[in-house]
Order: sequence, then structure tokens, then C-alpha cells
Amino acid sequence: MVNLPEESLIVVESLFKSFEDGEILKNINLNIKEGDLVSLIGPSGCGKSTFLRCLNCLELLDSGYIRIGKVELNRHPGQKPDEKMIATAHEMRSEVGMVFQSYNLFPHKTVLQNVMLAPVVVKKMNPDKAREIAMTQLEKVGLKEFAGKYPGTLSGGQSQRAAIARALAMNPMVMLYDEPTSALDPQLVGEVLQVMKALDAEGMTQIIVTHEMQFARDASDYIVFIDAGEIVEYDDGDILFTNPKKDRTREFLRHFNGMGMAVNC
Amino acid sequence: MKKIKKIILSVPLIILALVLCLAAAAPSSAAATMREGVLRWGGDSEGGFPYMFPNPANSDELIGFEVDIVNEIADYLGLEPEYVNNAWDNLIPGLSRGLYDIAINGLEVTPEHEEAVNFSIPYYKTFLQLAVRRDDDKGISEIDDCHGKEVGTLKESYAEMILEELGDVNIHTYIVEANTYEDLQNGRLDAALFDSPIAIYSAGFNPSIKFVGRPVGEITYAIALPKENRELLSDINRAIVSLRDSGKLREIYDRWNLWSPMMAELFNDYSPRAIEMTRYDEWAEAHRPQLSMTGRLKRYAGFLPAFGRAAVVTILVSVTAMAIAILLGLVLAITRVFAPRWLAAAATGFVEFMRGTPVLIQLFFIFYGLPNIGIMLSPFWAGAVGLGLNYAAYEAEIYRSGLFAIPRTQWEAALALGMTRWQAMREVMLPQAIKVVIPPITNDFISLLKDSSLVSIITMTDLTKAYGQLAAAYYDYFGPGIMVALIYLLIGLPFVKFSRFAENRLAEQDAGGKRGSDYNFYRSSTRWL
Repeated sequence: MVNLPEESLIVVESLFKSFEDGEILKNINLNIKEGDLVSLIGPSGCGKSTFLRCLNCLELLDSGYIRIGKVELNRHPGQKPDEKMIATAHEMRSEVGMVFQSYNLFPHKTVLQNVMLAPVVVKKMNPDKAREIAMTQLEKVGLKEFAGKYPGTLSGGQSQRAAIARALAMNPMVMLYDEPTSALDPQLVGEVLQVMKALDAEGMTQIIVTHEMQFARDASDYIVFIDAGEIVEYDDGDILFTNPKKDRTREFLRHFNGMGMAVNC
Repeated sequence: MKKIKKIILSVPLIILALVLCLAAAAPSSAAATMREGVLRWGGDSEGGFPYMFPNPANSDELIGFEVDIVNEIADYLGLEPEYVNNAWDNLIPGLSRGLYDIAINGLEVTPEHEEAVNFSIPYYKTFLQLAVRRDDDKGISEIDDCHGKEVGTLKESYAEMILEELGDVNIHTYIVEANTYEDLQNGRLDAALFDSPIAIYSAGFNPSIKFVGRPVGEITYAIALPKENRELLSDINRAIVSLRDSGKLREIYDRWNLWSPMMAELFNDYSPRAIEMTRYDEWAEAHRPQLSMTGRLKRYAGFLPAFGRAAVVTILVSVTAMAIAILLGLVLAITRVFAPRWLAAAATGFVEFMRGTPVLIQLFFIFYGLPNIGIMLSPFWAGAVGLGLNYAAYEAEIYRSGLFAIPRTQWEAALALGMTRWQAMREVMLPQAIKVVIPPITNDFISLLKDSSLVSIITMTDLTKAYGQLAAAYYDYFGPGIMVALIYLLIGLPFVKFSRFAENRLAEQDAGGKRGSDYNFYRSSTRWL
């Protein structure tokens, strides 16, 4: 845990977020280096999805500081969101790719159109150029021959890979995944994880909220364990799994013992 | 005239009262008529024979003794007559609105009417005529013999009022005069009581019916003018006196077989008939023989041009209204969903108000009410805007439910890709919402097509109005009714087809085009369970 801020691609300091029914995130501090693959784990409702949504500003943080690349968002406690803050949030969102649990492909467009849409609409890219980029991304996720199909005809794994291609087409600085494999049949999980591993090998920075403990352990550079809105532990995958420092982490990981995880308690 | 509304104040009269309250500020016109050299006169071509009605020989031509009178008056004053059609109930509000210079169509001089308009001196006076079967076996020779008998008359008419005053009469009211006399002929009724001109033109040529008894009651007709135009009133009065004294009016009444001892007394003219009742004979000739099937079909074919023109009016007003409804509905829906709270609340208020009040009242208000605050719309635009505003409220609700039928996750996915709210709306939400809203919008359009028949109350001759005119002129509500129903169906058909087509196109995205909108899972294999 010795990340110096100047080398970090993502910096989060003192991030707080509440909803009507209570405080979800309490003082989150986290630095992530470029090219890292970071897994967020923790029990349901611990705030890990909300943290991800704060990073791409689908939820606006209540207070704290986020920097992604050169885009900085700073909000003092009680500060009203103004035009400038909204503009910054929008800018930050376009630096970040997001993949959802339920894919959320646009059902009225073909797979290719799904991938092309944002470059054309948001970046005002020439459609021919956008199609070229889209086809490259589809090829990368192995869906080249599905370009003309509608999302309704794809399997879950294919849908999630298409969603990844859609996010990649915007050339994001970082990819966020919100439980990307939770809705998939077990035999389809692998093809999605494979894509993420390939992206890691290319040097893409990725943050993944997941319950796939084996994958988290094998593929992550770091694992962040969040519980009750706080980061409990943050460490290398093997260390966290084999030798957790905190009781809460140990308690949570014991849950996965029966699933063949080697946890040394 | 024939429909004398009883104490029940109809909607037009309420509007009339409203118009009168506001009309004080209306400027008095300096010229005798609105347009120099032209006498615009209002009447209702559906008003019926022998007052004014489409010529049975040529349904495009308006004839009737009142048409002849107006032509004579205009001729006398050196003006060009120009006919403006309006529903009979609205003839007087139409005067206040400045649709025409004068109104004539069996308008009676009653205290309520005199509060709203000025009346000329009477041009015609008549009475109620009792009719019985020629082989009358009930011993009815006077109105007083009707006690305990079956008597038919028009719904809500002066005659009905007279019969009610008699007491123990079994009154049967009808909408169509012809049906009354038919029932009298076949024995269902013992007597029929109608305004004399209607009686003459309904049964005067019927060999199995005879008129009996002294004249009952008194009905006086005069020309109505707006209160402020006294100059034209004196011109019209001058014309009537002159035409009376020169015998021109007498000639008209003779031609139409409408001269009576009561008229002799009114005009102080006891001379015998001088000219033939040619107009009446034509009518009697046209109605006496039963038409053969081919004769009927030929007549119906003759209706087609009139129905065609009316269908164009119906289509134009419906399509324009729908365009207004679709666009304004979109604005309203987007306002309700995205605008600041106070603006959204205003849009909600508009929607609830338009949905919660009858479109009939809205049309009356726009056409007759708004001119008082200086907003004067043509009949077409009043109809299109009125229907458009009303349906916009319904469309707004359809769009809104369509937008909320799309999952929130689609919205988030679009925003997460860096789209602005507007881009996400345009590219992701609206295209999906359209699929949800096409069936209910089509449904609404077909409903609007039928509601467009309401524009007939603001002087437009649409399909429904044309049906009323032709049916009233020929005593025939059957054949034209089927024709007009078929025309409405035909107009609606392309929109139904378009809706099916659009649904099918959009449904192709589901399951890769394996099923269209006709796919019905309730009829799939699960029906055995």
C-alpha cells in the first residue's frame, strides 16, 4: 500500500456518500496505478457498487475528492452542485467505461450500432471511422460475426462481451465493471473473464466489483475489501486471501472456504 | 322553429350568456353589412323542409322558402347574398360572433331570444296542425279530442309542450317527422301534431292521412340581427314591408303552398291564390312514389360528391388536429418529466384540465368565447386547435407512460457512455418508447377521427354534418348512414395498417424477427395448461 499520488491514475480522498436511508460510503481513500486490475469485494450492500457509480459520476459524491487522469472533482461538505461541477462530472464520465451486471445493451440497435453509437453521438466521429473502431473492438471480444444481430438474440456471455466492446469504443482511461458475471450461467463466466484478462495484458486499468473470488485472486493486482461503507483491507490478492490482517476480512472470506478457496485462517 | 327548446338551457345558450356578458366591449360596425355589397346570412341546411334543405334533385343546391325570401331581400337592398352554414342551436351565438349579418331559419320571436338579438318584423306566422288517418275511427276532430289517445310529435317541441298541457294524452316523441306519420298510417298512433309547414310537407300529399281541427297555438318567425346593427335592421324591415306590399312574399308562400288564413290576417291580404304552388308540387312528386331499388342506388351514387367533399374536411381537420396533438403532447410530456417542478405542475394542470372537460365545451369556448378577447379563429382552425389541444393531453400521458416503461438501466447505460441527457433521450429512450406508444396513439387517432364530427357545431360541413343534411332532405337515415359509416372506416383503415406495419417492423428486433406483433403467447402451447 505504498502508492504515491503522483504515480496514480486514480486518486480518491475522503469520499462520502449518503442516501436517504443512511450513509453508504464513509471516508474512502484509494489510489490506483495505471494498468492495475483491482477487485472490489465485500458483502452485499457494503457500498462497493455505489463506490463504482461515484467513480463515473452516475452518483455524485456528497463530499471528497476524485481524480481520474487529469480530471479532478472536488466537493466540500454541503456544497451545492454548480454548472462547473456538473461539467466536470460529465467530463469524468467520458474518461470512464462502465459495464453493468445486466449488460444494458440498447435493444433497438444491432450489436454494431450499439458499439458505434457513443463515438458518433458523443465524439461526433465520422460513422465510417466509428464503424472501423467498433469492428476492431468486436473482434477483440470475439463477436465480429455477431455485428449485425440484435441484442435480443445473444447469449448472456455474448451480451456482456458486446457491452465491454461498447465501453471500449469510447477509448476510456479506465474500465469499471459492476458484477459483470453475476447474471451469467457458470459455463459462460469464463468467456467474459477471459476478455478482462486480455485487456489487463494490454495494460488497461480496470476496477471490478465481483463475487468471483477465484478470478479476483488470480487476476487482480490488488483486492480491496469493503465492509459497511469502509475499506477494511487493501492488498495483493494472495496475501489478502491467505493471510488477512483484519477479523472482518477473515470472517468474510471464511464464507468461501467451502467453495475450495484456500484461506489460511 | 320545430325544435323549441323547453326550459332546459342547452349548452349553446350557456355559451350565449357568456358571450353576451363579454360582448359589451364589441365595437359597433359602421357599415350596414360586414363586407360591402354582400349580405352574409346564417342558416342550418339541416334545418329541414320547407325552410331550407338540399334540393332532392341536386344535393349541392340549397332551396326552401326562406332561401327565396333572403334572395328577395338581398335583391331589394342591392346586396349579394352569401350563405353561411351553422348548426341551428348556434345560429344566435353565431350572430354575436360576427359570422354573418343576419340569421334566418325558423327563429322564433321569444323573450329569451330578444334579450340576445334584435328581430325584424315577422315574415311568417304559423300554427300547429293536427293530422289523423283518413279513415279515422277514433273520433278526433279537434285537439281537445286527444285525451286518452296516442299522439305523436317532435321531441322537445312547442307541440310537445301543448300536448303536455292537455294532460292525459299518451305522447310519443320522435326525432324524424317521417316516422311519426308512418306510425300514424299503420295505426300505432291516433294523431300527429306538427308545425303546419312540416305537416304539409310531410303528409300533405299522403292519401291516407288528413288534416283536421282549427289551428293550434301561434308561432312567429322573424330575421335575427346583432343588437348593435340597427342600421341594417331598419333596412331589412324596409325590405320586408316593401316585399309584403308588392306581393313578392305572397308569391313565395303561394309557390311553396304555405299561404294560410293566418298569413292573410298578418299581411292583410285576402285575395285568392294567383300563382301555382310549383315548389310544393315538385316536392310532393319527389316523395309520393316509393323509390325502386335501382332508383335508390342511383340517388345514393348522387350523394358521393357531397360525401367526398365532407370526407376531405373530416380528414384535414383530423390530421391537423393529430399533428398538433402529437407535437404539443410531446412538449407536455417532456415538460412533465424534465422541467422544473413549477413548470411541470403547470403542464400537469393543463393535462388534467383538458382531459377533465368535454371537448364540446372546449370547441364552443374557442369558437364563440375567445373572439370576446380578440382571438378570432376560422372554423377550421378553431376545430383543429380545439381537438388538438384536447388530444394533446391524452398523447402526453401516453408518451409519459412510454418513457417510464423503458428501464432506468437503459438511461444509465447511455449516460455512462458519456451522452448528455438530451442525447440519451434522443438516441436511446425515445426510439424504444415509440414502440410502446404506437398502438395507443393509433387508437387515439381513430377516436379523434370520430370526434372530429363535433366540428359540425362550429359551421363546418364534415361527414357527420353531410349525413344529417342528406338524410333530413330525403327522409332516409338508412342508406346514407351505411355510406357514412363505411367512409369513416375507410379513412381509419390506413392508420390501422400503418400501426400494424410499424409494430411489426419494431418487433423484428425482438428474438431476431422470429415473431411479429401478431405473436400471441396466450395462444401458444400454454393454452393446454
